[in-house]
Amino acid sequence: MSETVASVSALIVKTLLANPKVPRDINGSSKIVEDLAFDSLAVMNFVMEIEDTLDVSVPLDRLADIRTIDDLAACIVSLKQAS
Amino acid sequence: MSIFSKYEGLASALSAVTADGGRNPFNVVIEKPISSTVGLIEGRETLLFGTNNYLGLSQSPAAIEAAVEAARAYGVGTTGSRIANGTQGLHRQLEERLCTFFRRRHCMVFSTGYQANLGTISALAGKDDYLLLDADSHASIYDGSRLGHAQVIRFRHNDADDLHKRLRRLDGTPGAKLVVVEGIYSMMGDVVPMAEFAAVKRETGAWLLADEAHSVGVMGEHGRGVAEADGVEDDVDFVVGTFSKSLGTVGGYCVSNHAGLDLIRLCSRPYMFTASLPPEVIAATMAALTELENRPELRVRLMDNARRLHAGLQAAGLRTGPQASPVVSVILDDVAVAVAFWNRLLDLGVYVNLSLPPATPDQHPLLRTSVMATHTPEQIDRAVEIFAVVAGEMGINRAA
Repeated sequence: MSETVASVSALIVKTLLANPKVPRDINGSSKIVEDLAFDSLAVMNFVMEIEDTLDVSVPLDRLADIRTIDDLAACIVSLKQAS
Repeated sequence: MSIFSKYEGLASALSAVTADGGRNPFNVVIEKPISSTVGLIEGRETLLFGTNNYLGLSQSPAAIEAAVEAARAYGVGTTGSRIANGTQGLHRQLEERLCTFFRRRHCMVFSTGYQANLGTISALAGKDDYLLLDADSHASIYDGSRLGHAQVIRFRHNDADDLHKRLRRLDGTPGAKLVVVEGIYSMMGDVVPMAEFAAVKRETGAWLLADEAHSVGVMGEHGRGVAEADGVEDDVDFVVGTFSKSLGTVGGYCVSNHAGLDLIRLCSRPYMFTASLPPEVIAATMAALTELENRPELRVRLMDNARRLHAGLQAAGLRTGPQASPVVSVILDDVAVAVAFWNRLLDLGVYVNLSLPPATPDQHPLLRTSVMATHTPEQIDRAVEIFAVVAGEMGINRAA
């Protein structure tokens, strides 16, 4: 199955909304740290959940460049394509 | 705009901690140690349950004498790094002693345990390699991964199957894979299932580094840590540790059977660009190591004390970490409650560590205690009693 940025982004939003503390109005352009009020550990733990769902590993240094949910989705799609 | 404005959030979090007249938990002064287990805090004799001084050797008379003699014979400092300013005979002696103790061929000594992780991890895992870190790794491991240039992947805490899954995803990818685990995790006191990780390492051909900072001198028949206790020392390529826990001094090390370790001396920046350990610290460390080797009863007493504290806190209706180990953490739900609890413990004469998220797993604040071989059963019972009193005052003890 080939994921697109849009499909991965939708999956990330769905995963995030399973957490009741996350604001309800998030979308692909929401900023992970600012809009979701995630600290560094929460970001890493949440990415781990997504990794398991999509069977991909996101190296921590790639997270430094990621601001929005769409950024994360694009990163995951590129990692999946590379593998 | 102030250069400090980015810390406004931190400043307000600290203000919240001290708002009700509470102390700054990160600024407690132990005015004077009375013994390894009692210190003078705010002019009062206070039970020390937060020093990680597991065998009580920071106050070892033999280590103190060795330090005094070494200072008289060699002076008090080395004034520079071993690469720039030279290795002293004592550095070599200490490395040879550690090789003998760990039954390994090579050893590098660092100036702190933090630098030992920083210096080995950053140098071992290069640009084209992969570092696989336990999610609950100590800050020094994360910082080591940032100082180096390897790709860094986290696996779920203490979960060898999860590591296996992540290594499988890297099948066919060039580059060495270095797995980093800790013997005992310093926040919750839980022990690594080292044999399970050793099996994954064997199956996948990864390299395994074990940070045994909190488990050397504590676990294993000879005190060599969890790898010894689990009978898998041959599978651990690198053991990193510290002198500042069970050995009671300061400094760190890496031991290995791989001859390549000596090359790391020439490319590990935290080794190359900092002052080496001073003579009195080396002498005290070697004396403490002799005690650790010759007094196995200290480890027996330590684990008896750990079980007594763990069981006592649970019986008092408090939620603790999963295992009795020298680190026993009481898990709370609310930061304000944890701060008030910690203050009240100190009022009543017990010093523990307040650990706050995000430095803790799962976002829970912790009252982190560490037990010593030198605690008496009465001191442990007294500490448990005070915990129970405060929990009762605050209405947070579960039905015991």
